[in-house]
Amino acid sequence: MNKRDWRPYKTKMSRTILINLLRFIVLVFIQVFLLKNITFYNLATPYFYILFILLLPFEVPNVLLFVLSFVLGLTIDAFYDTPGLHASACVVLALVRVLFISITVQKDGFDNEPEPTLSIMGFRWFFTYALILTLFHHFFLLNLEVFSFSEIQYTLSRVVLSSLFTVFLILISGLLFFRRKERK
Amino acid sequence: MRNLWIFITKYNAFFLFLIFEISSLLIYIKYNSFQKASFINSTSQVTGTLYGQVDALKGYLSLKETNDSLARENAKLRGQLKASFYVDSVDKRKVNDTVYKQQYSYIVAKVINNSFNKRSNYITIDRGSRDGIQKDMGVITGAGVVGQVIQVTDHLAIIQSVLHKNTRFSAMLAGTKDIGSFVWGNDLDPHKGLLIDIQNNAQPKVGDSVVTSGYSLFPTGIPFGKITNLHAKGGGLLINVEVALAVDFTKLQYVYVVNNKFAGEQTGLEAVQNKNE
Repeated sequence: MNKRDWRPYKTKMSRTILINLLRFIVLVFIQVFLLKNITFYNLATPYFYILFILLLPFEVPNVLLFVLSFVLGLTIDAFYDTPGLHASACVVLALVRVLFISITVQKDGFDNEPEPTLSIMGFRWFFTYALILTLFHHFFLLNLEVFSFSEIQYTLSRVVLSSLFTVFLILISGLLFFRRKERK
Repeated sequence: MRNLWIFITKYNAFFLFLIFEISSLLIYIKYNSFQKASFINSTSQVTGTLYGQVDALKGYLSLKETNDSLARENAKLRGQLKASFYVDSVDKRKVNDTVYKQQYSYIVAKVINNSFNKRSNYITIDRGSRDGIQKDMGVITGAGVVGQVIQVTDHLAIIQSVLHKNTRFSAMLAGTKDIGSFVWGNDLDPHKGLLIDIQNNAQPKVGDSVVTSGYSLFPTGIPFGKITNLHAKGGGLLINVEVALAVDFTKLQYVYVVNNKFAGEQTGLEAVQNKNE
């Protein structure tokens, strides 16, 4: 009896871990080998890899969330030759994620809504979620990279345009995987 | 004590945030100067191998352009061969020329990682200390100056590209030999640089070549680019001009690392002089 009780839970759990691991690797590869070479008029550069943090399940404990963000940031840093830069921006992103979810989602709804994806949460919620988190992440990342206030106007325009680019990619990826998630 | 524990667990997200943010900022500030070697960069085993493999794949896509540039360079070098000059005096005896000794030698290397859209850009190449590359050597291509080696491991090296906020090379106008400094502009354009601090009695013209001055790690006369705009921002008492870069940093494939045989001697000598002052 006992055995039957924990088995489905465990398979579901390992499935989530596997999916997220795969997502981590795929997103890092896309970011490092494809998007790193893309830039529009030296203004808009997409940082699509943050989708990994956005799509972690609601139930993920805060400790794990911060550790994962930190590790993801360091991995990207290793390829971008900027130790600590992406890591710190990702940790900021994790905090904003925790705050945003605690404000907008009710705790008892977690059973039906395991992951904050576009197909589960609906377009309006997901769009605000992605936009706000991306803006925070890019603001910290680009300002920390430049590290001076003298070019603030230029940096801010980079933040806004890059965010639009990233959110665009995130929404497209959400629509691409829309049906598959819904059927599950 | 118990209340403190409750307080911490209640706002655990914030405290976790503090811990991780502070540690990542410490990493960032500590290794920001880059010369301090760190494990987290593209010369490390894993990332270096990955970049190398992906680059081997990408190399096929630009074979044609690489061939073209190599052919052009071959033609240029062939023109400098002794055989392609006409000798207008008849040699009677063989002179062993001891006046010319080689000062610069070149090590060819393949670019395996390159960036050009950030504020500070670096290039990784597939040659390291085992191939004779050392820190502070200059790097060029057939077209012009690329940057300076700042970090070396056994098999790989990292170059601080001309497209870097701290890059500053001694440069001069090819025609009039007026000295200035070559830096990268503020607008992140990978095709444009600035020649700054030229004495204001110089009269640069649009189209003039800007080349290395020989005060730096490069041989004299390696091109940076051509002047496109005489009225760059700033300057004041001294003249600043805009320069279109000769090297296309978005399409770097092969580079040459310049080994100046007198570099060690020169820096040693200058260090002694500085100590005496």
